[in-house]
Amino acid sequence: MQVSEYKPRIVAFCCNWCSYAGADLAGNNRLNYPAEVKIIRVPCSCRVNPSFVLRAFQRGADGVIICGCHPGDCHYTSGNYYTRRRMAMLFSMLEYLGIEKERTRVEWVSAAEGAKFAATMNDFVETVAALGENKRLEDLRCKR
Amino acid sequence: MHNKDNVTERVLRISGVNARRCMKCGKCSASCPSYDEMEYHPHQFVYMVESGDVEPLLNSRSIYKCLTCFACVDRCPRGVEPVKLVEAIRLEVIREQGANHLRADDVPAKIDEDVPQQLLVSAFRKYAK
Amino acid sequence: MPRIGVFVCWCGSNIAGTVDVSTVSEAVKNEQGVVFSTNYQYMCSQSGQDIIKNAIRKHNLTGIVVCSCSPRMHEATFRKTAAAAGLNPYMVEIANIREQCSWVHKDMLTGTQKAIVLTKAAIAKVNLNSPLTPGESPVTKRALVIGGGIAGIQTALDIADAGFPVDIVETKPTIGGKMAQLDKTFPTLDCAACILTPKMVDAAQNDKIRIYSYSEVEEVNGFVGNFDVKIRRKARYVKEELCTGCGLCTEKCPQKKVPNEFNMGMDNRRAIYIPFAQAVPKVATIDADYCTMLKTGKCGVCSKVCTAGAIDYKQKDEIITERYGAIVAATGFNPISMDKFDEYAYSQSKDVITSLEFERLTNAAGPTAGKLLRPSDGKHPHTVVFVQCVGSRCAAAEKGKEYCSKICCMYTAKHAMLIRDKYPDVEVYVFYIDVRTPGKNFDEFYRRAVEEYGVHYIKGMVGKVSPEGDVLKVQASDLIANKQLHIDADLVVLAAAIEPDKSARSLATMLTASMDTNDFFTEAHPKLRPVESPTAGVFLSGACQGPKDIPETVSQAGAAASKVIGLLAKDKLIGNPCIAHSDEMMCNGCSSCERVCPYGAITYVNKEFRMPDRTTLVRRVASVNEAVCQGCGACTVACPSGAMDLRGFTAQQIMSEVDAICK
Repeated sequence: MQVSEYKPRIVAFCCNWCSYAGADLAGNNRLNYPAEVKIIRVPCSCRVNPSFVLRAFQRGADGVIICGCHPGDCHYTSGNYYTRRRMAMLFSMLEYLGIEKERTRVEWVSAAEGAKFAATMNDFVETVAALGENKRLEDLRCKR
Repeated sequence: MHNKDNVTERVLRISGVNARRCMKCGKCSASCPSYDEMEYHPHQFVYMVESGDVEPLLNSRSIYKCLTCFACVDRCPRGVEPVKLVEAIRLEVIREQGANHLRADDVPAKIDEDVPQQLLVSAFRKYAK
Repeated sequence: MPRIGVFVCWCGSNIAGTVDVSTVSEAVKNEQGVVFSTNYQYMCSQSGQDIIKNAIRKHNLTGIVVCSCSPRMHEATFRKTAAAAGLNPYMVEIANIREQCSWVHKDMLTGTQKAIVLTKAAIAKVNLNSPLTPGESPVTKRALVIGGGIAGIQTALDIADAGFPVDIVETKPTIGGKMAQLDKTFPTLDCAACILTPKMVDAAQNDKIRIYSYSEVEEVNGFVGNFDVKIRRKARYVKEELCTGCGLCTEKCPQKKVPNEFNMGMDNRRAIYIPFAQAVPKVATIDADYCTMLKTGKCGVCSKVCTAGAIDYKQKDEIITERYGAIVAATGFNPISMDKFDEYAYSQSKDVITSLEFERLTNAAGPTAGKLLRPSDGKHPHTVVFVQCVGSRCAAAEKGKEYCSKICCMYTAKHAMLIRDKYPDVEVYVFYIDVRTPGKNFDEFYRRAVEEYGVHYIKGMVGKVSPEGDVLKVQASDLIANKQLHIDADLVVLAAAIEPDKSARSLATMLTASMDTNDFFTEAHPKLRPVESPTAGVFLSGACQGPKDIPETVSQAGAAASKVIGLLAKDKLIGNPCIAHSDEMMCNGCSSCERVCPYGAITYVNKEFRMPDRTTLVRRVASVNEAVCQGCGACTVACPSGAMDLRGFTAQQIMSEVDAICK
């Protein structure tokens, strides 16, 4: 694989009960995924306000992924359903604004799916890297 | 002569039946008034279409023994609608005979909104030869 | 100004092998608020914790960041450490540089860079942390069990056994529920009354248990530990404390034509009645819909014959209010209506009956004194056909239920076996789709019906039952023989699907407990919390949670009781401080948050606000119940005005993490 200089910036929101534990399991099993992925812990995927996603893009993130429990497994019974609906709306709006829909993703990762977590992150980073830098929403005033 | 998968697919498409919903309880066959006349029974129609084994049905007289009484549709606990499969296979046979004298373009003008679909299909079969 | 300390852990070589820990502790020295930064081999060790404690005291730290393993591992440890040094435990943040950094990356430079970013994010967050104190609420040491069937009785007995007072509310005049109507019980065939009635008596005699029979829950307020419940004690027109249950009134009452619901309407009772001989409480009840005295004011026979003077035609419904720490729903089930199944001729022929009617027909205390007689003409039947899955596994919602009712396969095998045992001359046919008998000694039981008792099990369904003369013409399919069968039956028994009791829906609304699309109560977690409702303090017992047989119901009742006991044993409840909080000044009372809350933790209150022009204004604002909120944050996103926020994970905090990561 060709190594490019460009490293995408990825923000991953993980729910405390399933996906964050899944990310820990990926670590326990020493499964590699790119260092560009930085995880933010939230109690439930439904805590992720669409404005957090917008903020990430504004501050120069190239991709945002939200991970939650599988449907039906939510620690809070229905939080991930809210996430699914809210993000579907947000992502279609973002696409309308010109943010490719590949830059955003909602994924279900259980606490037992360390391998899935790593594979998802590898795939996501690769997809986002192929799209290149996100320039649409980045606020130049916030540029480092 | 038949592409096996294509026939099955067409039958499923024409009928709009999801044969996978069947839980094989046999209530359709239990309700069927022409059961004894039929070589293949309603539940077999569902099973055979689901497993892609349509050929024997196309060649069987069973498709003309069905009274289209809809008892199987009414009683099926899973909403499978076996009679629609029988009807679809009948249609398939007729198309196969190349006897479609009615041109498709002429059809919409002739359709009366109030006439049940099932009757239209039967009329086609009778008068299209 | 925040004074923040950063503590980078090596975790031996686990972290230090891929992350240059001293570079990390050096790199964050000049971050906002950081006044101290160090690294050490094992932060979680006693000496590591001492470093943290000393630094907190020496540098007067207001917040700390520990860069170590996952917070799922040691967050609790470091919170305790902070608390020991006098720092609020919620002023601690963990940067996960082991599981999510050193262990997933191989390259030192990459690992170190990522660790620095993660640490900066944690510092950004802790800058915005505020000290949190968990809320406390008292626990009322009394439980309420709604429903007096076997589930409710067993739950109440188990709770009382642990020494806590418990009340049973039962809508019928007696406890006992469906089990009291059954004849024998599978798979052992002991009689239901023999094992149930002693439990009913135990419940009545237990001084920790109060039974409110002929009563309904009217209103529920409050939350876990403190539910205020209004119970309507329906007027039974008989003074419970005076009635001796002698039954003289039920013999003398001239109104004889009241369908007896206990016998599924297959015989009649009087207008004043005791449902069955072993009823608890054994007290007569007047059925106001049929009593001549109550309707026309002319009769009064029962009052004349009652030597105890217990009859009171002027009795009124009474509302009592009681406070409970925990509530158990045990509202049970009912067979579905057979009205939509015309093909089985249930409404046309008396000889087509449901399984619960069959139970009464074979019960020695039933309308036929246990003799198997046709309801239409009282003759002995020679051919009996059982139809399984009537309305179960049915996709058409207007007719039946999509789920498997679970108990029918076993009780049908039981019925078939009982007939063949008593009357070997009777031919018994069972039409089935699948025979489902998971359970201890269950499949053996079914096989006995086939092998020892010669019951004809036929794979297929009945399509039509038509009454002709005094026979029932049964048209069915035999899928294995690929034949259509025509059987002349004398009796047809339908295994009707079961559904939750109709009262469950309104109860769920009162309790803010969630239900599934079939009106079964939802459990907090389908595998790990099967007897708890997602609403704190509400527990589930028996068939109100899903179809269940007696052994399963009893074990679930015990499980629910143990959860209740665990709750009542606490003197106070200590909450999770990371919960939602509404800013009253910003809230516009739109109810968006209330609608998304899975726990019903949000209520609205009218609050008075002092306006700048010295007037007062009353506004409707959201208020979060700290004892009920679990801190998922669904409401924070639903709130259109940004009034709702989640403590410990505020929007500001998460945004600052986002900023730090994207920098």
